[in-house]
Amino acid sequence: MTNAIKIKQGLDIKLKGEAEHSVEIISSGLFAIQPTDFVGVLPRLLVQEGDAVEVGTPLFQDKHDERIVFTSPVKGIVKEIRRGEKRLLQAVVIDCSDAMNRVSEDNSDSNSDAMNRVSTERDAIIEKMLKTGLWPMIRQRPYSIIANPNVTPKAFFVSACDTHPLAPDLNFIVEHFPDSFQKGLEILSILSGKKVQFCVHAEKTVSEVLLKAKNVTIHRFSGPHPSGNIGTQINKIDPINKGETVWYCSVQDVINIGHYFRTGELDFTRIYAVAGSALEHPHYIKTKIGAQIGSLTANNLEDNHSRLISGNVLTGRKVAENDFISFYHNMVSVIPEGDNRQEMLGWIWPGFKKFSVSRTFPSAFVPKILHPDYELDTNTHGEERPYVVSGEFEKVFPFDIYPLQLIKACIVEDIDLMENLGIYEVDEEDFALCEFIDTSKTDIQQIIRKGLDLVRKENE
Amino acid sequence: MKDKQNSKFRQSLRDFFIASDAESNGKVKDRVSGLRNYVNKIKPNFNEGGKFAKLQSTFEAFESFLFVPDKTTQKGCQIRDAVDMKRTMIFVVIALMPALLFGIWNVGYQHFIALAEQASFWRMFGFGLAKTLPTIVVSYVVGLSIEFTFAQIRHHEVNEGYLVTGLLIPMILPPDIPLWMVAVATAFSVIIAKEAFGGTGMNIVNPALTARAFLFFAYPSCMSGDKVWIAGQPDAVSGATPLGMLMNGNTDLPSAWTMFWGGIPGSMGETSKIAILLGGLLLVICGIASLRIILSIFAGGIGMGLIFNAIGATPYMQLPFYYHLLMGGFMFGAIFMATDPVTAPQTNKGKVIYGLLIGIFAVLIRVINPAYAEGMMLAILLMNVFSPLIDHCVIARNINMRKKRAQNVKI
Repeated sequence: MTNAIKIKQGLDIKLKGEAEHSVEIISSGLFAIQPTDFVGVLPRLLVQEGDAVEVGTPLFQDKHDERIVFTSPVKGIVKEIRRGEKRLLQAVVIDCSDAMNRVSEDNSDSNSDAMNRVSTERDAIIEKMLKTGLWPMIRQRPYSIIANPNVTPKAFFVSACDTHPLAPDLNFIVEHFPDSFQKGLEILSILSGKKVQFCVHAEKTVSEVLLKAKNVTIHRFSGPHPSGNIGTQINKIDPINKGETVWYCSVQDVINIGHYFRTGELDFTRIYAVAGSALEHPHYIKTKIGAQIGSLTANNLEDNHSRLISGNVLTGRKVAENDFISFYHNMVSVIPEGDNRQEMLGWIWPGFKKFSVSRTFPSAFVPKILHPDYELDTNTHGEERPYVVSGEFEKVFPFDIYPLQLIKACIVEDIDLMENLGIYEVDEEDFALCEFIDTSKTDIQQIIRKGLDLVRKENE
Repeated sequence: MKDKQNSKFRQSLRDFFIASDAESNGKVKDRVSGLRNYVNKIKPNFNEGGKFAKLQSTFEAFESFLFVPDKTTQKGCQIRDAVDMKRTMIFVVIALMPALLFGIWNVGYQHFIALAEQASFWRMFGFGLAKTLPTIVVSYVVGLSIEFTFAQIRHHEVNEGYLVTGLLIPMILPPDIPLWMVAVATAFSVIIAKEAFGGTGMNIVNPALTARAFLFFAYPSCMSGDKVWIAGQPDAVSGATPLGMLMNGNTDLPSAWTMFWGGIPGSMGETSKIAILLGGLLLVICGIASLRIILSIFAGGIGMGLIFNAIGATPYMQLPFYYHLLMGGFMFGAIFMATDPVTAPQTNKGKVIYGLLIGIFAVLIRVINPAYAEGMMLAILLMNVFSPLIDHCVIARNINMRKKRAQNVKI
């Protein structure tokens, strides 16, 4: 096995409330597919309120490419078409009562090999995936949009480790579906025409299913977050140049795809981690994609004053109980709100309990092993300021890119400069740690997203 | 077994850290609530439509100074690091304290030496305070009024940067400087060097050094020569700084040790190298000042000093190279001025180039140029202007690397 690629710049944030390895099953309730999760998609609605839908019934399609459809993850009835400002389609909500749906409690991996006869031809696979609504799981860099089925990517990446704070343990999840996972990897390699670039973490990846994956090129990474981010891995192995595309998807996407091509049965089962310090009992929940936040956190909140986040604490989205988990997110984080602080002259106290990368707080001097699991809340600990400090982002940004300069290029919307500085190689999530440590408290991920959108529109 | 003990030990240590902090937090909270309530009560007056709506920025500045704002994250990262601009700037102010306190004492010390009088420590300190404090107050009042006004007009928050600048300005001026000059120089630097470019974070040159440069060229008689460096100096005594002596061809300098601990005439904050290094140590430990810049400046200065030693054509060139680090504002400039992150290059490679050139130019100007005794101020201001260019060149290499990579793929 080759030497691990060592990521030196980065940061592991140890938070309280990691999910216990126990799985609760939720098979009924409200589920939704939200067009706003898909960057650049212009939805055309295909169902009405009251329609009965099956697993895999198209709910809406992309006006830019009508082959790309988004299908129902469950069997049920369309309960609500949720719209926002200017009638923007926000969610197609499906009510799924227990009797109509079945989240397989037993391991469906033991089922037939019916789909094995599905042709191993690339076009046939793409067609099947488009039709079933599995296709949106495959995304491309640059821009993190749904992959264009007309393109052959230069590589296909899958990361076997999520290094975000409190992220679900993929070792644990993948053990539930070993066969589907392996089958999924094979399908993906047919899609890209090459072996999948499969990135494991030198210490954190322990499952045999992941380490012994067949027909893939395994790369080992070590070091702190963002060593598990797909962006970091692509940059270190096969960086993206202008005009190139790389496809990627998550481990659970691979499982869904593999399951379909192995058994012929469409199943959008997901195991979500529900974690965070404001929960009584952080654990895993097996349900379908797009589950309602409230049903995932039911009877588990310590109080009513918590921040619910679809996704992890660094890149996730603030949600309410009647919202739904995003299509691409693999966890719900719940942390305390930080709006009731009465801290006087906070800039001068030593702040033993506070977590900071900056060495103006004692936590930076305490050896990592002695760090408590921190209970961070949503307080910003300061107000927005112009950029003053230099050299801080470089400590958590492992790309050969100048982060501050790229951020400024995005702010001034200079497309040439963005291209030159490497906008194609990054995504907003790659800047999440920069945003976390930013002394000036700016919304860096939003700035990068706007930059990416601008470049994408320019190149269309 | 050992593991268990270890983890127990760790746990108790963690508990200690958390408990000690919780205690201090608790104590503070009791005292706070009264004041907090009062601030909350008067707050509506400053909001839009309130009686004092025009002072909103001012009110917010004071409120956030007293209490950590209750602002929470809304999008993107849901948690944030505990550091903010206030914390950063306050640490710079703390780092300036040793040099400032020594400077205050030294103003008195030099005064009584010049008068050939004996005086107690407190008398010296008191005299120094009487000379220094007014300049600090003038600098802060003038500078902050301008900053608050600009913030109010632009509907911005007031930035913390001036907390540092306002202290730096008095520290690099001679002790006998007339207060009106301090006011004019401060106003000039804040308006022309900072606000005209867009305020904190946007300025090209260091505002504190701009104030000094302004006085240096506008009122040279008050900023150079051998009559300004000792407060209340009698005419008969020469109060030349080591650099001033050298410019007049006098190499009969104080010993290196004296220059190192700082009992020499000079600007208020620059004389004691020990105190400056102490502050520098704090800044480097806290990761606020760039060690790269500081060391590069030292390396540049030493290197240039060694070259002059090798040439040795004049007595000034023969001066031991390390004297350059101990004389004038070299040390103060290297640690507190050149490391200003806004006016220094932002790339790591750029910082090294910038530092080396500052060191080289500072010594070069001192030794070769007959018009200016001190080269540090001009060297830093010059490199401030060039730092965007340095960054541009460093980043151009990164850009070329990326372009080359793209070409290789296509072939």
